[in-house]
Amino acid sequence: MHLTLEFGGGLELLCGSVKTHSVDVKSEPGEHELKMRDLLSWTKSNLIKERPEMFMKGNTVRPGVLVLINDCDWELCGGLDTELEEKDVVVFISTLHGG
Amino acid sequence: MEDGNASARPRRATGRLCSICNQRKAALKRPKTLEQICRECFYSVFEDEIHSVIVDNNLFRPGERVAVAASGGKDSTVLAYVMSQLNCRHNYGLDLFLLSVDEGITGYRDDSLETVKRNEIEYGLPLKVVSYKDLYGWTMDEIVKTIGLKNNCTFCGVFRRQALDRGAALMEADKIVTGHNADDIAETVLLNILRGDIARLSRCTFITTGEDGPIPRCKPFKYSYEKEIVMYAYFKKLDYFSTECIYSPNAYRGFAREFIKDLERIRPRAILDIIKSGENFRIATSTKMPEQGTCVRCGYISSQKLCKACLLLEGLNRGLPKLGIGRTRGSNGVKKHVEHRNSNTEVSDSNLESKQCGTLNF
Ligand SMILES: [Zn+2]
Ligand SMILES: [Zn+2]
Ligand SMILES: [Zn+2]
Repeated sequence: MHLTLEFGGGLELLCGSVKTHSVDVKSEPGEHELKMRDLLSWTKSNLIKERPEMFMKGNTVRPGVLVLINDCDWELCGGLDTELEEKDVVVFISTLHGG
Repeated sequence: MEDGNASARPRRATGRLCSICNQRKAALKRPKTLEQICRECFYSVFEDEIHSVIVDNNLFRPGERVAVAASGGKDSTVLAYVMSQLNCRHNYGLDLFLLSVDEGITGYRDDSLETVKRNEIEYGLPLKVVSYKDLYGWTMDEIVKTIGLKNNCTFCGVFRRQALDRGAALMEADKIVTGHNADDIAETVLLNILRGDIARLSRCTFITTGEDGPIPRCKPFKYSYEKEIVMYAYFKKLDYFSTECIYSPNAYRGFAREFIKDLERIRPRAILDIIKSGENFRIATSTKMPEQGTCVRCGYISSQKLCKACLLLEGLNRGLPKLGIGRTRGSNGVKKHVEHRNSNTEVSDSNLESKQCGTLNF
C-alpha cells in the first residue's frame, strides 16, 4: 500500500530530518487490512532512527503527538483502529518540541 | 488516476459533520469540549475564545504599545498571527510589534530568528531583536563553556526574562504578551505544588503579572490548549520553528509535562481543572507576598539588593560561576527546597514562569 507520511513539530528530527516520506507498506497476506496500529509499529521500525520513545509510548503515539489522516484528526476516524487506504496521507506532529 | 488530493475522497468513518455548522466535514475533536468541528468553525471558536479572554480580563487599552514575545516557536507564532488578526478585526487600537531574544546559541537561534523574520513580513509586524551579548556581555555559548551544562537552565530562565523586559523597555512597550498556553500553566501549577511554593502557585495562574512593575505581561492563551494551537498552525500553514534546545536537560519539568499529557488523554478537561485548582488555591493562601524593590545595579525589580541576573553575571565576571546558583532565597521568607536529583549539583531553576529552554517561549 502506498502511503505518504509526514513528520512535523520536531518529530522529523527522529527520522533524519526528513519531513515527508513516500512509503510502501505491505499488509500481511490473509491478514486484516492495514490499520493505524500496524502503521505505527511499521514506522517505528522502518523510519524512526533515534529516540523512538519520543514517537511512541506503549502501543500508540506518545501523548502530545497529534495524528492526522488526510488532514482529519485521527481521534475522529477511529484512532489505532483506523483502516488505511491506498494513497492516504498520515501526518504526525509533536506538540512537545519548542514553544 | 487519483488527483492526489486525498482529503477529497470519501473515507470510512469520517463522514461526520461539524457539530457547529452541520454542513462541513469535521476535521478535529476539540479537547476542551469534545466537539467535532470543521476547520472554518474551529478558526472561529479558537479566535473568538481568545478575543473573549482579552475582553473579559481587560488585557489591553486602546493605544497601548504591545510587544509580542516571539521565539519563532509554535505558541508565539500563533500568538503573533492571532493578535494581529484580532487587533484589526476588533479595533483594539494596539501598536503591536515582535520582540525576540538572541541568546547566542550557535545554530539554534539562527534558524528560529529566520522564522521570526519571515513572520515579521507575513504578519506585517515590526521586529526587534535583543541579544544576550548586548545585554549581558555574554552569549549563552560562552556561559555554557564556563559553567558546564548542568546549571545553564538557571541562566536561560533568568536572563531570558530580563532580556524581554529590557528589550520591551528599550522599545517603549506598555505591555508584553507571551504564548504561554493552558498546558504550560497546568504544568507550572503542578510543579509549584510539587515544590510547595504557594506564593508562585497563586501567581502562576494570573493572566496578567507584573502590574506593579514597569511592563506588565499577559497570557492571552491562558485557556488555549496546546493541541488546538498546533492544529491551528497546521491548518493555517503558519511557519514555525521546532527543535530542542541543545542545552536543555531539565528532566523534572519534562516529567510533569508528560504527566499532564497522560491525564489529557484520559480526560482532556484535566488541564483546565488543574488551572482552576491553582486559581482556587490563591483564595486560601495568606502567605505574605515579598516586598518588591529594585536591583541597585540595573534597576530591575528585585526583592534582594542585586537581581538574580546581576548576581549570576557577577559570578560569571568574577570567575565564580556558581555564585547565585544553588539555594534560592525564598522571596516570601520561606526557604525553598532545591531539588537534588541524580546529581547533587543539579538545581532547578527557581523561576517556573520561564519554561525549560527546550521550549523557548519565555
Ligand atoms: Zn463547521
Ligand atoms: Zn536551559
Ligand atoms: Zn540587576
